[in-house]
Amino acid sequence: MPKRIFYGLSVLLLSAVQPALAQQFESPGSRLLATGGASTIEGSGGGGIVPWATLSSYADEGEWGATVQMTEVQVDDFSLSVQGASFNWNNRVEVSYARQQFDLETIGGELEQSVWGVKARLSGDLVYGAMPQVSAGIQHKSNQTFTLPQAVGATDDSSMDYYVSAAKAWLAGPFSRTWVANVTLRNTEANQLGLLGFGGDKRNSREWVGEASVAVFLDRYWAVGVEYRQKPDLLSFAKEDDWKDVFVAYFPSKHVSLVGAYADLGSIAGLASQTGWYLSVQASF
Amino acid sequence: MKIGLSAALLLLGSMISGAVQAQSSELYQQLGERSGIETIVEEMLLGVADDERIAHYFADVDILRLHKLISEQVCNVSGGPCEYTGESMAVSHNNLGINNADFNALVEHLIAAMEQENVPVSAQNKLLALLAPMHQDIVE
Repeated sequence: MPKRIFYGLSVLLLSAVQPALAQQFESPGSRLLATGGASTIEGSGGGGIVPWATLSSYADEGEWGATVQMTEVQVDDFSLSVQGASFNWNNRVEVSYARQQFDLETIGGELEQSVWGVKARLSGDLVYGAMPQVSAGIQHKSNQTFTLPQAVGATDDSSMDYYVSAAKAWLAGPFSRTWVANVTLRNTEANQLGLLGFGGDKRNSREWVGEASVAVFLDRYWAVGVEYRQKPDLLSFAKEDDWKDVFVAYFPSKHVSLVGAYADLGSIAGLASQTGWYLSVQASF
Repeated sequence: MKIGLSAALLLLGSMISGAVQAQSSELYQQLGERSGIETIVEEMLLGVADDERIAHYFADVDILRLHKLISEQVCNVSGGPCEYTGESMAVSHNNLGINNADFNALVEHLIAAMEQENVPVSAQNKLLALLAPMHQDIVE
């Protein structure tokens, strides 16, 4: 596993640094540094675990942009690997794709899922004007390893999440620092993102869940923040908890961003208090 | 005695107004006052001139006059002792067709200039927050 991480990170960093050197003064898009945010584990642009109203990359009106990402999460008994890419047209529509591999290190086995996402900016702007930037999105998730989820009570191997997000930056907030807040409302029936399938024996209905993120920029390049994500609890074999994390994000240029976090994922598949680290790297074009 | 009291009051008055001015122009000082602001604006405009995304907007513009006006404006909004003598943002950018990307490009050069001049992040943010509302008068 560490070898895989190292290889992936090297490839990503190289792919990010090379164009950065070649076109040092050519930026990948016109939006301001860090307004592209990071990549979530479900592929959509946002924080780490919460999709934001912001669209990925730095594409602004009349531009297009793209990102590739790699994310690794390691908690006590599980690890999650994510590879993803996204495309942004006109800062209006974002299309994203992510593949997730979830290693059941203690239990044994691996779960896999792919997520296609589409997000549209409906109104407002993250930075300018009084109104927040509001976006709506869908995520189509399909689980490729449904045998185990089915055995523990999930009813479907694929499903859609629908969400609406609002985000606003406060240029000179408390301590004269730039602050960003995002709230997301999601309609879902996914168990542990969908890695444990969709729907359940305990409850087989869609639910609205709330998600939120707050970040403060210490300077132009470094931000720290927290995220919270409510989760449904549809399977009777094991309780599903809300997720939370504290993160540090680094935006050395518009070409690359790094996010490190400490995550508390609660109880997963009957194994209690899963905490650990989260590392994500994104290259932007 | 009467003269002494008046003098004391005058002195007190000037001290108070001085204190008020010092407070309201803390940002102005952090930007390096007039000469600091002129340097920042100069660097910003040099960045703009090299930026093919937006340089064409400034092709027929009297750059020295523009430098003077933007410096006045930054000085004024940051609480410095300057009056802005130019036209309103809405009038001066009327029908130029400036979009969000163009506006951000200029903001980027302003930030780069402030970073170059080692303006503290808190002061950068305060100035950006004061200038950001102009977006609605400039962008079409």
